[in-house]
Amino acid sequence: MTYSAGQIWLIIALLGAGTFAIRFSFLGLIGDRPLPPFVLRVLRFTPVAVLPGMVAPLILWPPATDGAFDPVRFACGVVTLAVGIWSRSFYIAVAAGAVTLYGGLLIV
Amino acid sequence: MPDTTAKTAFWAGARNGAPFILMAAPFALVYGVLAVEAGLTLAQTMGFSVLVIAGASQFAALQMMVDNAAVALVLLAALAVNLRMAMYSAAMVPHIGPAPLWHRALVAYLLFDQTYIASVARYDDGPQMTVGQKVAYYFGVATPITPLWIICSLIGASVGATIPDSWAMDFALPLFFTALVAPMLKSLPHVVAAGVSVAVALVLSGLPSGFGLIVAALCAMLAGALVEQWTETRA
Repeated sequence: MTYSAGQIWLIIALLGAGTFAIRFSFLGLIGDRPLPPFVLRVLRFTPVAVLPGMVAPLILWPPATDGAFDPVRFACGVVTLAVGIWSRSFYIAVAAGAVTLYGGLLIV
Repeated sequence: MPDTTAKTAFWAGARNGAPFILMAAPFALVYGVLAVEAGLTLAQTMGFSVLVIAGASQFAALQMMVDNAAVALVLLAALAVNLRMAMYSAAMVPHIGPAPLWHRALVAYLLFDQTYIASVARYDDGPQMTVGQKVAYYFGVATPITPLWIICSLIGASVGATIPDSWAMDFALPLFFTALVAPMLKSLPHVVAAGVSVAVALVLSGLPSGFGLIVAALCAMLAGALVEQWTETRA
């Protein structure tokens, strides 16, 4: 990380203010006026649009192995995804992924 | 006696919010550990947890900062993760809209996935609740989880430097995010959005840190919304 302390605090302050603005948007400022339906539709997809794109390179090319493909971390990603889809549960998916990761790291 | 009913609503909320500490505590611990390992000071680590107070976006910002992405891109990625909260905010208006401004501001500060999900579910079950009871219930849900989030970030940040590499904490973020997203993949549009996000992010991974992700997220949101609209008009 090569940011100055000032830059880091700038990120914290702006991210804090921006996040509050998002949370306060309708409650405080926009009020009861409805958003265009297509905007609401697009907003609904933000978590599922942002997180997979962030995670996929980390699973395929983990920084811990300097970007080399790691079968254990890849298996952990696949198991977590599959168990999460099947169980619909964050906790069960995390547990299955953690067992795969630590089990795999012990064996390899 | 509005006082007693508000009190009852508050404690009902606190009881229903208590199970959420199971998720928030480990999430906050790992955040604290990763934040100091990435090079943040204790004060900066806590600054995120108190001022931003949104787990997934704190992890997202951290990941972009580890990659030394430009400040604007760090902000864009982390705020994109929080955009869903605009929906939560909109969903709260019919229930909490008439409450005093400072109540609504406090509700906004505490608007997490958990408080939103638990409260809206309760409001839909109990349409006879007054605005005061709804606000009290909401603050009840937030009461166990909020201090715990901050305390566990602090504990994680304090012990972070002593955790050995063999614990593979580097993989906590992909593990948590995959586990968060997988249960959301319950319809074709969601699967398409996630697939587009992964594909575009991988193809553009050679771009300067963060650019690929922003483009991938925009493509994915649009793809999900369009597929959803298409499936609805066909139905």
